[in-house]
Amino acid sequence: MGKITNEELLKKITGKFQEQVTTVGEPFGLLTLETGREQIIDVLTYLKNDPALQFNFLTDITAIHYPEQEKQIGIIYHLHSLVNNVRIRLKVFLVDGDVHIPTATVLWNGANWMERETYDYFGVIFDGHPDLRRILNVDDMVAHPMRKEFPLEDPNRVDKKDYFFGR
Amino acid sequence: MQNHPVYTDNDPQNELSTLNLGPTHPATHGVFQNVLQLDGERIVSGVSTIGYIHRAFEKIAEHRPFYQITPLTDRLNYCSSPINNMGWHMTVEKLLGIETPKRVDYLRIIIMELARITDHIICNGVLGVDTGAFTGFMYMMEYRELVYEIYEEVCGSRLTTNIGRIGGFERNFNAIAFRKLRKFLKEFPGVLKEFESLFTRNRIFIDRTRDVAAVTAEDALSYSWSGPLLRAAGVDYDVRAMEPYSSYEDFEFEVPVGSNGDVYNRFLVRNEEMWQSLRLIEQALVKLEKEPTDIFHADVPDFYLPPKEEVYNNMEALIYHFKIVMGEVPTPTTEVYHSVEGANGELGFYLVNDGGRSPYRLHFRRPSFINYQMYAPMSRGMLLSDAIINMSSLNVIAGELDA
Repeated sequence: MGKITNEELLKKITGKFQEQVTTVGEPFGLLTLETGREQIIDVLTYLKNDPALQFNFLTDITAIHYPEQEKQIGIIYHLHSLVNNVRIRLKVFLVDGDVHIPTATVLWNGANWMERETYDYFGVIFDGHPDLRRILNVDDMVAHPMRKEFPLEDPNRVDKKDYFFGR
Repeated sequence: MQNHPVYTDNDPQNELSTLNLGPTHPATHGVFQNVLQLDGERIVSGVSTIGYIHRAFEKIAEHRPFYQITPLTDRLNYCSSPINNMGWHMTVEKLLGIETPKRVDYLRIIIMELARITDHIICNGVLGVDTGAFTGFMYMMEYRELVYEIYEEVCGSRLTTNIGRIGGFERNFNAIAFRKLRKFLKEFPGVLKEFESLFTRNRIFIDRTRDVAAVTAEDALSYSWSGPLLRAAGVDYDVRAMEPYSSYEDFEFEVPVGSNGDVYNRFLVRNEEMWQSLRLIEQALVKLEKEPTDIFHADVPDFYLPPKEEVYNNMEALIYHFKIVMGEVPTPTTEVYHSVEGANGELGFYLVNDGGRSPYRLHFRRPSFINYQMYAPMSRGMLLSDAIINMSSLNVIAGELDA
């Protein structure tokens, strides 16, 4: 376990941002918070630059799609404070059709490709990103394939019969 | 290097040439494309294009039960598949709350450290090839073969191993595996020593690698580098030490760090890591002597497939087999992030589960993908030949890059 407990961490963050940050839970000891896109860069900046916290390592940025929810697209940030050896997870949920969020490349250069991957998979527009293009899929692809409505296999294919595969 | 004149597109004197380095180029050891603007032999700018072997693993994983995702992880970093396999198993075990016996942990550590050695053998050997010394690579390759033979005894396959199951291993280590392991431990240190004596103080090698592509610790952290690359830049971040998994806390090992993050430092860090891996394996073998020899998996009938002969002859085993294969075992609805120290850095698995038979969302934090994004920016102003050895010392594995 790290040098700083999740309770202290939570107290510091809620002391600074009050209701703008809500707690989701602590699955497997990893403090998970939810915030809005208006404050996300402020929260990330605070976590990165506060001398007691120093979340200076951006582990990952990814997204998730919940088609049943009102706010369908969730952006998930994993940060790691190497000094305190503690991790934190931040979530921002966005309404489909308005999936804009400010870019984290202003804080970490490494956010560049993570955000491009998230854009490629989910169509999340990171405002202010220097080079927001598809990264893994072909440039002329229309869909964002990690959304749940995108089928795993092309439904128009005729050469693959389901009964060959016991489906 | 910094004082070299750089011409822009509008400059009438612009005589830049464009070079497509890749997607298939003998010097890049994999499917990587970089479109470089060259001024003579100096790189003015570069754009990396990736995704040539993108196989949509994260999408496929949403349609597969947990145990069928293991073969997908094989194909991430295929130079050290067992680390990926076991990282995935440990993620699922964390999700399900499975406690593995100590013997399983130690056996896993043996296999994971062997995998780390094979990965570093390739990276450092290929670095030698790219700087003009083929001997070391061929010499060390013999011992990668020996490690692959150990994998064969444990799981039956060599490169894409699919080793182990959720809860442990699918079979116990046999005597041949241990014999080959002891042979490896006896012979490899001498070989590694000889390999080091070929390179570490070699004038040509030092001239080619020292101060090439040096990276500061700040830059490395800003680009989220991890693994040997980050440690070569002087940051002692190792998941095995910071957040021990699989009983790494029982072991003594050192985390080697470099000073300026250049190619030479990365080479030295990887070499030292091989020595530390050997140390870990030796300790694991000693610890194994105190453990019961017949335990090779956790007692979790809900997730660990029973032996085939029992499935055919025993009703209970048949029921469990059926439940596992049909995915009728309830799983907790939660999310879990678990990371292991892969050969290239922090290999993370972010698994969101909704209680079904397959993950609701699975994301791989792939170290190669994140490490490689600095390649084009850091190549600016570099000689083309230096950029080539920089790529081999980044040890970008195409499978891990594209997922």
